[in-house]
Amino acid sequence: MSTAVTPDPAGPAGATNTANATAVTPVSPTAPPGAAGRWLSRTAVNGALVLATLYMLFPLVWLLTAATKDAGGLLAGNAFSFEGFDLGRNLSDLASHGDGVYFRWYANSLLYAGVGAVLSSLVSVAAGYAFDKYAFRGKEKLFSTVLLGVLVPTTALALPMYLLASEVGLVNTYWAVLLPVLVHPFGVYLSRVFSAGYIPNEALEAARIDGAGELRVFVSIGLPMVMPGFVTVFLFQFTAIWNNFFLPLVMLSDQKLFPLSLGLYAWNSNAHAEPTYLPMVVTGSLLAVVPLIVAFVSLQRHWKAGLTAGSVK
Amino acid sequence: MTTTKAGPRPGAPARGPGGRTGPPSPGTRLRFRPRSRVTGAAVLLLAPFFVLFVLVMVVPIGYAVWLSLFSEQQSGLGFGGTETVFSGLGNYTAALGDPAFREGFVVLLGYCALYIPLMIGGALALALLLDSALARARRFFQLALFLPHAVPGIIAALIWVYLYTPQLSPVVEAMEAGGIGFDFFSPSGALPSVVNIALWEWLGYNMVIFYAALQAVDRSVLEAATVDGAGAWRTAFSIKVPLIRASVVMVALFTVIGSLQLFTEPLILNKGTGSAVTSTWTPNMYAYTAAFERNDYGLAAAASVLLALTAALLSFVVTKLSGGRGRKKTERNEATA
Repeated sequence: MSTAVTPDPAGPAGATNTANATAVTPVSPTAPPGAAGRWLSRTAVNGALVLATLYMLFPLVWLLTAATKDAGGLLAGNAFSFEGFDLGRNLSDLASHGDGVYFRWYANSLLYAGVGAVLSSLVSVAAGYAFDKYAFRGKEKLFSTVLLGVLVPTTALALPMYLLASEVGLVNTYWAVLLPVLVHPFGVYLSRVFSAGYIPNEALEAARIDGAGELRVFVSIGLPMVMPGFVTVFLFQFTAIWNNFFLPLVMLSDQKLFPLSLGLYAWNSNAHAEPTYLPMVVTGSLLAVVPLIVAFVSLQRHWKAGLTAGSVK
Repeated sequence: MTTTKAGPRPGAPARGPGGRTGPPSPGTRLRFRPRSRVTGAAVLLLAPFFVLFVLVMVVPIGYAVWLSLFSEQQSGLGFGGTETVFSGLGNYTAALGDPAFREGFVVLLGYCALYIPLMIGGALALALLLDSALARARRFFQLALFLPHAVPGIIAALIWVYLYTPQLSPVVEAMEAGGIGFDFFSPSGALPSVVNIALWEWLGYNMVIFYAALQAVDRSVLEAATVDGAGAWRTAFSIKVPLIRASVVMVALFTVIGSLQLFTEPLILNKGTGSAVTSTWTPNMYAYTAAFERNDYGLAAAASVLLALTAALLSFVVTKLSGGRGRKKTERNEATA
């Protein structure tokens, strides 16, 4: 538990430390008097939280049990049992169907989300750092423009982007999906916040006095210091690209370029006519969810930091 | 219990956008550095983002507006293909005159009326419960409630469609056993079905935002309230909620914009489930259908532009309605933090 405390003592933390210390052991905000009343309130509060948790988790549990069933077992109901257990067969079907196209989609998703998120985070962090550390004319106006970009409904852009991409011959290429996802205005906002919190100006000043150029200062002092923030921006962008559906749907028609989301959608469309696709769709969905669940469970500090920075906007 | 110690502290990041980042302000730095060199570095660092920003946001917006002013017409007697002619606002009147497009907005209105109060109210209620002194295992609850956000929207929709399907679903089975017959695919069931999927995906995400904001609330204010005799309910609704108003406004804003783009979930319901959801159920689906099934790019662009304008208008209304007061609260929040 306490491991979470260590990584950011120098971060944008200092000022609120005391406030949070009290938050951990809060003074009881007036429960009904008497032990019985307090017990009742505690049960009600935690009971409500447990109910909400069940609502959030049971579809995931269903996905897990359903992925082990064959088509017959799926259609027979009894969702939460392991009746008709056939996970091995489902996995081998998944690997062999259409010359292993599923794992091609998997690799594509890793490519789009991995490469896309690294590049997009670099671009965002560079911009956020510049907004935080430099003074120039029209800076706040420019920053407002970036924030305005957060509000643009991205699906409204997909169609004109498709038509533009088809004019320059980018439709049905990796670039058609990779290029648009590099722009992440909210990442710039987060990066500015993190740059202010993690990179003390004194450190930059010291490097400058040692004669380092401005870019050198960014690459060898700023970037390493803002790393925890970089991971946060990366995590959110990775998730957004991994989950992206509309853009690939519009841009891609070649199955070999599909990311998982689009591939599973295509299979699901077949499943209505051909129930043998059902177990593959379900098992494929389970495998598609795993990397993000692992990332979110292991990088809790980072997504909480991102949502915290966002919450006080 | 130690959840609150994760990551940069709530409240603190607000110092960023204000540019007040500590003693050596950029101004003082300029004394050491030639201005041109500093500006050069800033331009270099900002350039990649802004080049891409113009390329994939500004240009497509402009192109959509341009496209929406033209339409394809059969030339001559229908031989020799089509030609593109300027049609002014013709595509806009065509879209607005199409009952299917207007019905899309009616659906969207109904969706927002159901979804937004449930989302904001639900996320706020869960955050307050988690923030109350009585809650246990906060770290676990926070993670568990957040987890659906890790599921791609398309997969969330697939899972729930299975859970809505009578022969497959333990939910429908349990409901029938409890005497509740509900057809998730019927005309009256379509809206709640989609709302439920969206709630499942985003409730925990927004809850964490509210919870983070609540953690940033100055504890001495809450203690003062307790000393003054305010109960847990009173503290929650008269002190905590007003103090995190800025976060509520922000979440409301993003929820509205997300709602306007509704596409994936109804698309899955539309495809072959016998659901009442049509292929032009939402304005976004209408634009998609116009572009890729009818190849009417002008109409699709006009529909997209109208949708973006609606988003801009609603963003403006939401920020204006609550903007001034919300901002003051944040500043006070910062000052006390």
